[in-house]
Amino acid sequence: MSVGLTGCGSKTDDTPGAAGTGGSAGASCVDTSGDSIKIGFLNSLSGTMAISEQTVRDSLDMAADEINAAGGVLGKKLTVVAEDGASEPTVFAEKAEKLITSDCVAAVFGGWTSSSRKAMLPVFEGHDSLLFYPVQYEGLEASKNIFYTGATTNQQIIPAMDYLKEQGKKKVFLVGSDYVFPRTANKEIIAYAKANGIEIVGEEYAPLGHTDFATIVNKLKGSGADAVFNTLNGDSNVAFFKEYKNAGMSADAMPVVSVSIAEEEVGGIGVDNVEGQLTAWNYYQTVDSPANKKFVADFKAKYGDDRVTSDPMEAAYTSLYLWKGMVEKAKSFAVPDIQAAAGGVSFEAPEGTVTVNGDNHHIAKTALIGKIAADGLIYTEWSSDGPIEPDPFLKGYDWAAGLS
Amino acid sequence: MSAAWRSPRARVIVGTGIAAVVLFVVAPSVLSSFRLNLLAKFLCLAMVAVGIGLAWGRGGMLVLGQGVFFGLGGYMMAMHLKLEDAGPGGVPDFMTLYGDGVVPGWWEPFRDPVFTLVAIVVLPTVLAALLGLAVFTRRVRGAYFAILSQALAAAFAILLIGQQKVTGGTNGLNGFRSFFGFDLADPVNKKMLYFIAAGTLLVMVLLVRLLMRSRYGELLVAVRDQENRVRFLGYNPAVIKAAAFAVAACFASIGGALFTPIVGIISPADVGVVPSIVFLVGVAIGGRATLLGPVLGAVAVSWAESSLSESFPSFWTYFQGALFIVVVAFLPQGIATLGQVRLRLRVRSQDEAPDEGTAEPPPDEAAEPGASAPSTSGRTA
Repeated sequence: MSVGLTGCGSKTDDTPGAAGTGGSAGASCVDTSGDSIKIGFLNSLSGTMAISEQTVRDSLDMAADEINAAGGVLGKKLTVVAEDGASEPTVFAEKAEKLITSDCVAAVFGGWTSSSRKAMLPVFEGHDSLLFYPVQYEGLEASKNIFYTGATTNQQIIPAMDYLKEQGKKKVFLVGSDYVFPRTANKEIIAYAKANGIEIVGEEYAPLGHTDFATIVNKLKGSGADAVFNTLNGDSNVAFFKEYKNAGMSADAMPVVSVSIAEEEVGGIGVDNVEGQLTAWNYYQTVDSPANKKFVADFKAKYGDDRVTSDPMEAAYTSLYLWKGMVEKAKSFAVPDIQAAAGGVSFEAPEGTVTVNGDNHHIAKTALIGKIAADGLIYTEWSSDGPIEPDPFLKGYDWAAGLS
Repeated sequence: MSAAWRSPRARVIVGTGIAAVVLFVVAPSVLSSFRLNLLAKFLCLAMVAVGIGLAWGRGGMLVLGQGVFFGLGGYMMAMHLKLEDAGPGGVPDFMTLYGDGVVPGWWEPFRDPVFTLVAIVVLPTVLAALLGLAVFTRRVRGAYFAILSQALAAAFAILLIGQQKVTGGTNGLNGFRSFFGFDLADPVNKKMLYFIAAGTLLVMVLLVRLLMRSRYGELLVAVRDQENRVRFLGYNPAVIKAAAFAVAACFASIGGALFTPIVGIISPADVGVVPSIVFLVGVAIGGRATLLGPVLGAVAVSWAESSLSESFPSFWTYFQGALFIVVVAFLPQGIATLGQVRLRLRVRSQDEAPDEGTAEPPPDEAAEPGASAPSTSGRTA
């Protein structure tokens, strides 16, 4: 397995020019000779993130089955090697390494939290392999070894702020869980607000899993805010929205825009707690397109009528098809060929047409602001004019100059 | 595991030889580079376990917060690696992303490799010694000490998460390119790291063996079993316990420092309450009062976790729980004492016969007659 061991390990000084590329990683061991090709799915099936990531795994499985039923990729059937990330960054890094070097998969699909992605990034760069990451994130990243099929900030957070501005909101209160995504997102929101005449009247963080929001909601009530930007994750949302309701606030007077609540989470939080509140995503189960009708119907047929589809699930489903598109365009499973062919590959996704940006490996997506309805589904309230080109480092926005 | 040989000295020499052959010859030749790196990671965890074996198994201190010292070592090493990658005077990438792009003053000394290495060994040791003295002179013990150490681990993780600008927050620190000038992506260097870890662990085990055999080792066990009697004899139990606690902290820190370049990441998820308890589970399963039990337990549990989770992702947690219950209920001294228990049973069945060969309890076991107490914490001081 280990390739030609020379006498002594290389020092970083030996190759001053190659310091940034990760150096000698050994040739890829992907086997393309048979009539099947291995790919890896890496999601948390245990731990705190399992409840969310299992849904992504389900839609990945469905996409793989569909592709196999239709003849595979370049005539090769997909063989899925499934791994559990256990909701821990270290495990994600370890399992990614295993998938690449032991199982020799052609590409890996998965990851959810920013910390899991950050942990896997050096592994994929070091072995020059590919990761398809399906969740919206905080931006400020573009690795040639990762394809980001969820939204970056200018496709989710900035449109949400645009929407609030359009609605005439002047005072926004920020509340989030204490980890990387909310802190980075809020940094960007504050810069946006400064440039657009919006006042940030509060910025509060609660530890992940925190469930006592009396203090924060009190501050919110006294702040005079006319909208709330919510980046809370998981259980905290239940407590926050209950407290928000108890304090007598309503979605009409002071709407909450959430970026981590999708169809899957609405059920967990309780529809009556969040009815009428806003969300920012690129896909809802209610999107009206033939591709989505088929996606939702197939998903329910496979996993049960009570299941819902959400943005990360759709992005994961799309990611497998985008990889297929890239491989077929490159006529090769080799990483450099795929990277070269990626730009311009597009797919009729359930959310609408998406196109890969060859420079930053994100995809052009349409931003949708939705309203949570009494049936637990989210209905589009506002939509951007067509797909927005990804801009992970916000280079196209003057106000974002000092951010990265 | 340890019942057969007569002379303890011969046992140590033979045992060390076997361990060295397995670690340095067999493992590198049969394992793929990925598995070898995985084994290196487990050896780092085993270093923490060796320390816990000393503090808990021998000293009776239920150390539920070793993640703190593991994390201190890991983070100090990570800080150095980050600064090294950034180059002289450079700023680590995450600081420009999440912070204001200025390297804080307390990071600066870690640019120096020698300072970093010294700090990894000295800082957690001194910290643990001071903490230990403060706590043990006030005669805080048993569950109170356990809760205190656990609270420390929780606080440490929360602190790391909250200070994202300087600690990387939940992401932790990762993406290291070089290790003291050696390219980390090179498989040869990865192998070198494995050898360093294996050698370090071997030295630690021998050190603990020395300590256990020494006068100090006897005192430590005496403090565990009858702290007051030791006090009446004129010794200061607080110093004795603090020393074991400090050694355990030092081992944990070194384990953490090697863990960081081997795994490529250190994050709050590796240092909080849960990992601190997992360290302990391995030690308990292996046999906390034996010399090799903690090492074997830690390696076996991590190995099983890694390979079982490959085939049965969510099943692992249940399996670990069940294993822990079975061991605690039926083998309270750990799997390493399986041989002794069998021996004892056989002796009991021959009880009618004149018992000339009363299977003498191996020296490791001598001080713990109450092997039947079915409690997870055993006798904590």
